[in-house]
Amino acid sequence: MSTVVDTSAAVPLPAEGNGTPLKKRLRRAERRRNLLFGALILPLALVVLVAFIWPIGSLLTIGVDNPEIHDNLPRTLAALEDWDGRAPPAEAAFRALADELAAAKGSPAIAAIAKRLNREDAGYRSLVMKTARKLPLDPAVPAREALMAIDAQWGELATWQAIHRAGGALTPFYLLAAIDRTIDADGNIVAAPADERIYVDVLLRTFWMSLVVTVCCLALGFPVAYLMANLSTRHSNMLMVFVLLPFWTSVLVRVAAWIVLLQNEGLVNRLLMWLGLTDSPLQLLFNRFGVYVAMVHILLPFMVLPLYSVMKGISPVYVRAALSLGCPPFRSFWKIYFPQTLPGIGAGGLLVFIMCMGYYITPALLGGPKEQMLSYFIAFYTNQTINWGMAAALSAVLLAATLLLYMVYARYLGPTRVKYMKAR
Amino acid sequence: MLQPYASPVERAWYYGMRGLVGLILAFLFLPILVIVPLSFNADSFLMYPMSGFSLRWYEEFATSPAWRQALMNSLIVSPLATLLAMVLGTLASIGLVRADFPGKALLTAVLISPMVVPVVVIGVAMYIFFAPLGLTGSYTGLVLAHAILGVPFVVTTVTATLQGFDFNLVRAASSLGANPLTTFFRVTLPMVAPGIISGGLFAFATSFDEVVVTLFLASPEQATLPRQMFAGIRENISPTIAAVATILIVLSTLMLMTLEWLRRRAERMRGARR
Repeated sequence: MSTVVDTSAAVPLPAEGNGTPLKKRLRRAERRRNLLFGALILPLALVVLVAFIWPIGSLLTIGVDNPEIHDNLPRTLAALEDWDGRAPPAEAAFRALADELAAAKGSPAIAAIAKRLNREDAGYRSLVMKTARKLPLDPAVPAREALMAIDAQWGELATWQAIHRAGGALTPFYLLAAIDRTIDADGNIVAAPADERIYVDVLLRTFWMSLVVTVCCLALGFPVAYLMANLSTRHSNMLMVFVLLPFWTSVLVRVAAWIVLLQNEGLVNRLLMWLGLTDSPLQLLFNRFGVYVAMVHILLPFMVLPLYSVMKGISPVYVRAALSLGCPPFRSFWKIYFPQTLPGIGAGGLLVFIMCMGYYITPALLGGPKEQMLSYFIAFYTNQTINWGMAAALSAVLLAATLLLYMVYARYLGPTRVKYMKAR
Repeated sequence: MLQPYASPVERAWYYGMRGLVGLILAFLFLPILVIVPLSFNADSFLMYPMSGFSLRWYEEFATSPAWRQALMNSLIVSPLATLLAMVLGTLASIGLVRADFPGKALLTAVLISPMVVPVVVIGVAMYIFFAPLGLTGSYTGLVLAHAILGVPFVVTTVTATLQGFDFNLVRAASSLGANPLTTFFRVTLPMVAPGIISGGLFAFATSFDEVVVTLFLASPEQATLPRQMFAGIRENISPTIAAVATILIVLSTLMLMTLEWLRRRAERMRGARR
């Protein structure tokens, strides 16, 4: 990094060095400086683009990717291009299909084709596999008769319509499935079958749980931030330790601590029984309650810190003025002080809500099946059922919701407070 | 402060407020302390009352191959990821503060985005992308992923520090004949070091506590400490978890103290310049 270039102001410049006007030389130096400093960003920019943005981009494309038929049966699709869908297709389409299925036979491609067609209508998997077993055809026999001899379904319009429908390079199938919609045989967007209609529920549950946690964090964080902002620096620094130590403590440590506290023989149940509030231990873990408690515990510092920094900047003179003018204390708090804390509430609330939506660890360890949020299903489809299309579509939904809220946050509340954010 | 002439309502408000905040802070603080004594429990139940004092769970942690491996992995991955994030992040921050070009805001947003994108999405995306490149189940992939997660913290803190940095000092050094490298190491670096260190601490804490991306990218041989804890909590939670938790609590206390010290130092330096 050459810092000498911009010392032009300090070094006395000759009025006309080698004939180039000073202005031009300054501009050139400025440009060079920009280039040099810009080059410092390059290594990081490259790493982030290649190992972060690119993977996420390609994940999102997996959600609309539809290669099975498009890549494996290109000639069949070409033969179907001008097909009107009202009469069985021409011999060329049968021949192309027979050839291409024969070529795919014995490779993973045939399974992919079968699986993809089966999604159009259950039963096509066995049709494809059964047909493939009897291929290749005798070139002397017309392909149409030969295929129909293997299975009469090849003579049906619906079969060819399914191939035609599934043949696009892109599909909205997964994205629609992520909002419990599907495309019927006529190409209309309709509600998905009842047993597949789970994602809107999951999405609403994710939002609802995030909202509950955010509201709880606000209710608990507000008094803490308020008191800290109104104490002397020495005292408020002391209180700050109580907020910051949990903030820096590993999430897993805190989850383990809550298991110790909330288990059947845990301290909370003992206390409740000792107080006579309950006779038998309450189930506090592996349900909504346990997840809420732990998530509020983990996210509370993220609410307190922005609230505190906003409240610290609120001058006390306005409330004093209101009080001296005879406004009752509560009313002056509500009418004068509270509105000034709104930026902090917005920042803390959005921050907690955004982080909550992406939570995976806490519900996975402390919740039951009914507490799993969107993240769980994304992980589930990636690792357990290897349905990457679905994982990608749900990721797209989660990402879109997060980025949308984040844009609101950055636009209205300034990006500086992002520093409190810790991805969990 | 409570005045001697305060009305009963004011008194009630004063003590009520303090009592309420005390309870909330206890809710924040006590659960973390609760687990510490249990790590010294003599029997193998993670519950009170304790049956006696013992260090057997620390011994278990120190001798169990799985935990040792996990500790080793964490001590390999987190420092390397932090170093990578600090070097790349600091260079980029200098560039971002000093250079001016169209699209700078967008580029900054992109560099900070790993902090915003939900970790599960990052984990899945990297898993699917890294797998064909042979980077899953490798230290390289894990370090790279952790470094990317830590970069935003370095970039935000270092750019913030640099914005308060007087670049005339660099000019002064240059005009006194220092070459750019000397200027960087003798003038710029000492001044922005607190920003780099606190950014690095955040990056380290992120990596040292990272589970989700590790779940996707690491093979069992690369299981880090949090990954091993995750498995331990999920399968059977033993006092070894409490021992590890206690060690981690001590570590986070140390990091917090370092950060607080840096903050005070920065405050003092700002005061001295005025």
